[in-house]
Amino acid sequence: MSRISDCFRHLAARHKTALIGFITAGDPEPGITVPLMHAMADAGADIIELGVPFSDPMADGPVIQRANERALRHGVSLRDVMDMVREFRMGNQDTPVVLMGYLNPVEALGYAAFASQAKDSGVDGVITVDMPPEEAGEYLTAMRSEGVDAIFLLAPTSGQQRISGICKAASGFVYYVSLKGTTGAATPVIGEVAAKVSEIRKHTNLPVGVGFGIKDPESAQAMAQVGDAVIVGSVLVSKIENSLDDPQAITPAVVRILSDMRSAMDLI
Amino acid sequence: MPISSRNDYHDLPDQGGHFGPYGGLFVAETLMEPLAELRAAYERYMGDADFLAELDNDLASYVGRPSPLYFAERLSRETGGARIFLKREDLNHTGAHKVNNTVGQALLAKRMGKTRIIAETGAGQHGVATATVAARLGFECVVYMGAVDIARQEANVYRMKLLGAKVVAVDSGSRTLKDALNEAMRDWVTNIDNTFYIIGTVAGPHPYPVMVRDFQSVIGREARQQIFAQAGRGPDALVACVGGGSNAIGLFYPFLSDEGVGIYGVEAAGEGLATGRHAAPLCAGKSGVLHGNRTYLMQDENGQIIETHSISAGLDYPGVGPEHAWLKDTGRASYVAVTDEEALDAFHQLTRTEGIIPALESSHAIAFATRLAAGMTPDQIVLVNLSGRGDKDMHTVASLDGIKI
Repeated sequence: MSRISDCFRHLAARHKTALIGFITAGDPEPGITVPLMHAMADAGADIIELGVPFSDPMADGPVIQRANERALRHGVSLRDVMDMVREFRMGNQDTPVVLMGYLNPVEALGYAAFASQAKDSGVDGVITVDMPPEEAGEYLTAMRSEGVDAIFLLAPTSGQQRISGICKAASGFVYYVSLKGTTGAATPVIGEVAAKVSEIRKHTNLPVGVGFGIKDPESAQAMAQVGDAVIVGSVLVSKIENSLDDPQAITPAVVRILSDMRSAMDLI
Repeated sequence: MPISSRNDYHDLPDQGGHFGPYGGLFVAETLMEPLAELRAAYERYMGDADFLAELDNDLASYVGRPSPLYFAERLSRETGGARIFLKREDLNHTGAHKVNNTVGQALLAKRMGKTRIIAETGAGQHGVATATVAARLGFECVVYMGAVDIARQEANVYRMKLLGAKVVAVDSGSRTLKDALNEAMRDWVTNIDNTFYIIGTVAGPHPYPVMVRDFQSVIGREARQQIFAQAGRGPDALVACVGGGSNAIGLFYPFLSDEGVGIYGVEAAGEGLATGRHAAPLCAGKSGVLHGNRTYLMQDENGQIIETHSISAGLDYPGVGPEHAWLKDTGRASYVAVTDEEALDAFHQLTRTEGIIPALESSHAIAFATRLAAGMTPDQIVLVNLSGRGDKDMHTVASLDGIKI
C-alpha cells in the first residue's frame, strides 16, 4: 500500500474529502519550502503537491509561471526538490508528497534514476503534465518498479476511450482538470464537473481529485461534494506572491486559506 | 552510416508522429483529443481533391507560386567553384516561405469550422503570414510575440495590426519566441472549441511537424523540376537555414531519396559555438522534450531550457523540428553552423553581387553555400533556399553600421 492509498482509505473511513495543497518548490526562495510543507500539513492539507520548477510551464497560468521564475532564479533543480522532500520526511512520515512538473527535467535525469531517487527521498507520486500515457511506456515501467504512483490528468475534452486508457495506466489517484484552461483560470462549472467525474468513476475505483480554478472555501466545499480530493494551487501561490515584501507573512497567509478551506469542506 | 531506401524516409513519421526516437505527442491532456481531431481532419483533406485544388489555386494566385529558381551567376563566379542556384521564396507574397504553410493551415481551419486563429511569432514573419491569411478569410486573429521581439521588430508588429490582428506581448520567461509559443498553447487550451492554432514551423506536437512539412514541401517539389529543366541535371548539394526548420525541410523532403544529393542545414552559431551564445541545438544541444515533441534542445544539465542568441530573430529558438533530429542521427543530412558575422558578410555579398537583399536567416544559408561551393567544381550545383527577403532586417543591419533609419 502506498502512502497515497492509505491516506485516501483513512479519509474515506471518516467520510472526508482530501485537501491537496500545491506550492512551487523553492518559491520564493528554497529555505521556506520545507517549513511551509509542515505548516500546510498541520493546517489540514492531506497531501502536499510540490511543483518542480521549469523554464517553460506551458500548462500553467500567470501565477504559477511567476512562481517557477522565482524558484529558478535560485537555480532550484529536480534534485533539489527531491532533497526538500527528504528533509520534510525527517519530520513527517505520513503525509503523502506528490511532485508535479514537466517532462524535460525528468528526461535530463533519466527515468530510472529519477524514479529511484524519488522513491529514496520519500516521494509518493508523480504528475508529469506533458507526458500522456501513449508516450509513457518506459516511464511507467520505471515508476512501477520503484512503487512510485504515476498520476495522470483527465480533462473536459477527454473522451470515453481516453478516460478508460488513462485510468488503466494511473495509480494513486486520477486528477480531473475541471476546466479548459491553465492553472488558476476561471471558476469551473460544478454541474459539468460532477457529470464528468461520475463518467470517470465508471472506469476506475481510484480516487478522483478535482483541481484548476478552485479559489476559495466556497468552491472548495462545492468540489468536495463531487471529488475525492480537492486540489488547490494558484490561490496558495498568490498568497506567497502577495507577501514577497514580508516573507514572515507567507506561512500564516497560506495556513489561513488552507484552514478555511478545510473547515468549509468538513461541514459537508 | 545508414543511407536508407525510399521507404525509410517517406514512411515517417509513424502513427504517433515519431521520427525514430524524436517527435511524438507530449502535451497536457486537454489538448490530446483536439490534436486527434486535427490529425483526422488533416489526413482527410490531404486526400480531398477539392481541398487540394483550392490550395493549389491559392498558392498560384495569392502567394505567387511557383517561385523562380535563379542562377546566381556573379555570386558563383566570385565564389569560384560550383554553380549556385537560389530558390526564390523571398518573392512570395509577404516576403518569405512562411505563407506556404499559413495558407494551407487556414484552409484547414475553414474546413474544420473554426472562427478564430492564433499564432506565435519570433521575427514576425510567421505572424504577418498568419494575419494575412486571417484577413483574407475573415478570421479573428491573435498573435503572441515575446516582449523582447516586439521591441526589435516594430515594423512587423505594425503590419500585423494593419491586417487586423491583435498582437499580444508575452512577458514571461525569456520574452522571446519560445515563450510566445508557450502562451499560444495556453490560449489554445482555453479556447479550444472555436480556435485553430497555426504553428509556424515543423516543431510542436504531432501532427504539426508532418503537416507543416507537407505544406512547405512545395518548395522542394518545384525546385527539383526547375533544376532539371534549367540545368539538365539534379543538384549536388542542398543548403537551407534551420531555426525550427520549416524552409529547410520544405526543400529537403522531396530530395531525400536522391542519394547523390548532399543535404546541409545551417544553424545559427551566434557569437560562436564555443561562447555558448548561439541557437544551434543540432550542433551543440542534446535530446529532450519541449513544445510537444522530443528533439535536440538547448538546455542546461538540469533540463531547463536556456536562452539562445542569434542576430536573426527567426533562428532564435532553442529547439528544432524532430525530423531534422532524425535526419541528423541517420546521417542523411549534415548540420553546420554559421556565426552572426559570417551571415552578415553573406548578406552584403549577395546584395552587392546579385541585387538581392536576403533575410538575415537566409544569409546563414548563403554563407555556408559559398563556403561549400568554393571547394567544388564548376560542373557541380549547389541549390540554396533563399527563404525570405531582408526588408525586415534593415533596422538591424543599419544599426550595426551605426546608421539610424
